[in-house]
Amino acid sequence: MSVSVRIPTILRTYTGDESQVTAEGATLAEVVDSLDATYPGIKARVVDEDGKLRRFVNIYVAEEDVRFADGLDTTTPDGTQISIIPAVAGGC
Amino acid sequence: MLIPSRSKVDQGEMKESFVSLTLDSASTLRAGAFGNATHLSCRECGATRELGPHYACSECFGPLEVAYDFGQVTREQIEAGPRNIWRYKALLPVPDDIETSPNLEPGFTRLLDACNLAAELGLTKLWVKDDSTNPTNSFKDRVVACALSAARELGSRVFACPSTGNLANAVAAAGARAGIPTVVFIPSNLETPKQVNSAVFTESLVAVDGTYDDVNKLASEIAGEDPGWAFVNVNVRPFYAEGSKTLGYEIAEQLGWRLPDQIVIPVASGSQLTKVHKAFQELIALGLVEDKPYKVFGAQADGCSPVASAFKAGVDAIRPVKPDTIAKSLAIGNPADGIYVLDIARQTGGGVEQVSDDEIRAAIVLLARNEGIFTETAGGTTVAVLKKLVETGQLDPDAETVIINTGHGLKTLDAVSGSVGPRATIAPTYDAFTAAGIA
Repeated sequence: MSVSVRIPTILRTYTGDESQVTAEGATLAEVVDSLDATYPGIKARVVDEDGKLRRFVNIYVAEEDVRFADGLDTTTPDGTQISIIPAVAGGC
Repeated sequence: MLIPSRSKVDQGEMKESFVSLTLDSASTLRAGAFGNATHLSCRECGATRELGPHYACSECFGPLEVAYDFGQVTREQIEAGPRNIWRYKALLPVPDDIETSPNLEPGFTRLLDACNLAAELGLTKLWVKDDSTNPTNSFKDRVVACALSAARELGSRVFACPSTGNLANAVAAAGARAGIPTVVFIPSNLETPKQVNSAVFTESLVAVDGTYDDVNKLASEIAGEDPGWAFVNVNVRPFYAEGSKTLGYEIAEQLGWRLPDQIVIPVASGSQLTKVHKAFQELIALGLVEDKPYKVFGAQADGCSPVASAFKAGVDAIRPVKPDTIAKSLAIGNPADGIYVLDIARQTGGGVEQVSDDEIRAAIVLLARNEGIFTETAGGTTVAVLKKLVETGQLDPDAETVIINTGHGLKTLDAVSGSVGPRATIAPTYDAFTAAGIA
């Protein structure tokens, strides 16, 4: 399964300043491993030592926040658009 | 003096690996662009970075916060300043000549002695910090003023935000006053009055087909791609958030340079609560107020209560939720500062409580009919939580208490329009008047 991943500025030092890259995988976890194989070190920036998504990282698979899906087990169908975005928030 | 961040890393171990955005390098900043601010510090891992357009740590994605070396700041120096937030400019990331740049001059809003509501609820002393009297009728004018200063100093071309209401109003108005182009992104299904409140100030109100979360995500992506865009609550967020400290400074000064015993603050992302606490701690560290215990309480709505739920469960992890409440300005399902709210509530002996939409509506009317203040739904949430805290014995009725009213009820008329209205509709005759039993 080939997917497209939007890379935030924070991680472009790993991708040679590329903002959009492709990766392989049937689940988000596999996609992250695929990214790390191509761009070594990037996985540790989005997944913590316990293998969980870092608290201040938001990942969207087909515009859906994976925290409301199956997290790193979220399926990533062929051609899916994935976005990695640092968490920020408005409000009080 | 240096105000430390919440850091597990010793200052000597600070790292230099951070997110840079696409705005111009901090090396082009003029001297004193950020006043007494010295650097940015990661609240999670303690890594540091020079002042500039950075907002997240590349080690852990944690939020960056402004750190300072205040030197000496006196009450007299502050009291000699203007009656707006710039009287505290020595404590903010703004230049010393901040007053000379056109801005909305927010702040120094009234601290109302809420004697009627206090009597109604059985409290000895209650104050309402009423931020509905800011230029665009919400506390957002404070944070936007600090973001505007940062945008100016960073040479930003466009002043922007994603918003569902109050922030959009504040950004659009501040940009108009400052003569900086603004672009405000809103969900396309936002009610017409809220659109008008922003569109009147800017030609560039952009309606996005999606939810607020979709709009927020889009803003983050634009901020990462287009040089020169200052999104107030994204890439200049560390500077923006500092504006909420002025609520804390003003409360202390207006109480006669002392801290209250208890304070109740609405929680969306949790930023305001953490910044008011930061302000109190800074005032103590600077010797401007006596060091004394105080309790901090957070207020959320049942339909978006991830922080209250975590507090009651006694856990540190915030489980994100999909919001469903009339308190739309508090509807952030994944609150970035939620864990810090938990820390502060627990450390101070306070708490985080939640109330239903019906309780919020009733509390809006309760405050209005006791104090003549028409609050928005976030303020209704705060008043309702205050009432619940008293009724459940979590709040000491004899201790001096402050609540924050974050905005004006005219912004959320729809919330109460179904529960208040004419008591009677009568013919224009005296007989009809007497028959209606109104006298």
